Amino acid sequence: MASLKDIKKRIGTVKNTQQITKAMKMVSAAKLRRAQDAVTAARPYADKMHDVLSSLALREDADSHPLLSERGKGKALVVLITGDRGLCGGFNTNIAKTAERFIRANKDGFESYEILIAGRKGSDYLKRRAGMVITKVHEHLAGSGPVTYPIGALLGQEVIELYRSGEYDSVFLVYNAFQSAMTQVQTVTQLLPIMPKEATEGEYVAEYLFEPNAREVLDQILPKHIEVQIFRSLLESAASEHGARMTAMDSASKNASEMIGKLTLQYNRARQASITKELMEIISGAESIK
Amino acid sequence: MAEKLKLELVTPYKRVLSEEVDEVTAPGSIGEFGVLPDHTSLLTTLKVGVLTYKKGNESFQVAVNWGYVEVEDNVMTVLVETAEPADQIDMERAKAALARAEEALKGLTSEDKQFKIMEAALERALIRVQVAGKTHH
Repeated sequence: MASLKDIKKRIGTVKNTQQITKAMKMVSAAKLRRAQDAVTAARPYADKMHDVLSSLALREDADSHPLLSERGKGKALVVLITGDRGLCGGFNTNIAKTAERFIRANKDGFESYEILIAGRKGSDYLKRRAGMVITKVHEHLAGSGPVTYPIGALLGQEVIELYRSGEYDSVFLVYNAFQSAMTQVQTVTQLLPIMPKEATEGEYVAEYLFEPNAREVLDQILPKHIEVQIFRSLLESAASEHGARMTAMDSASKNASEMIGKLTLQYNRARQASITKELMEIISGAESIK
Repeated sequence: MAEKLKLELVTPYKRVLSEEVDEVTAPGSIGEFGVLPDHTSLLTTLKVGVLTYKKGNESFQVAVNWGYVEVEDNVMTVLVETAEPADQIDMERAKAALARAEEALKGLTSEDKQFKIMEAALERALIRVQVAGKTHH
């Protein structure tokens, strides 16, 4: 049985750990609030963008623009958005696994798949898996600091460039969509070619006046749409990460309390036992003197 | 005939405006244009500039960055990267940004990669100072 001193030492260690997990939980909670606000604030823009694009696509021929037209089966790029840091439960592994599952399930869909990762943690998992080709890893995009629009825009431009140059024939986006602090939804969407909403039957389609002309408006709006989608997914991912970390740290703190309780009980028992033992020794010593 | 036009001004960071207005003037990429209630459906791109809207006799100004506008059913949706209403612009900061851009441009020629970026920055800074200046006087 462990000695009194050993148990006391362990209680101290667990208490220290608990203090860290508690602090991390508080920090994540504060960051989550901010990230959540940012997600909510960005939604109107992304939604409006989607509306405009859909109504545009209803009027335009799908093959009229390189970013809209299907190019068939070739190479596909999977853009995976993960966090840079751990200690957030299954957040990073789950999303990396989602990407892996998606690629394995659609093996026949494309000739080959390559993965572009935003965030260090996703590559930690995927580089150990067979058959997963990682082309590039971007660090410090989401989660570490506030996500700004230029970050999303730069990544978006990079992706568009890769697609335009013919490097890839299709681009998918895999990220954690924020639902609540407790739940993240692993989401896989097709980024390129852009798939506009299908026209619903009987929907009224107004004739637009394009200025300068439809082609030029599309030229500017479609790349913007990709940037916005990536920006939004970065925001969602950041909020999800903080939520996941908060939940993970909360349960870690709870586990620590439980452990401290158990160790304290053990400590008290050991203390009692040693007192009893000492008493017995004194009594028996006194007896023998008589 | 509709009396008012609904103006929605949205950036990636937040919804800046959602108001009933009488008239809007926006900096279109091929020239400034005005929108009144019952305008036909329109989709156009914007350049860096000043967006002005009128409510009754009052007129308000917003400095906008690149974006585009959709007008449909008396709703005018303006999607821009940044939008700063005149009363929210920090004059000191705007002037400092202007000075920075001017300084940077001096050392560059039109062949440099940076030139276009700084030129755009200068344009934005100019607009900001212009918009802010109008409310302060």
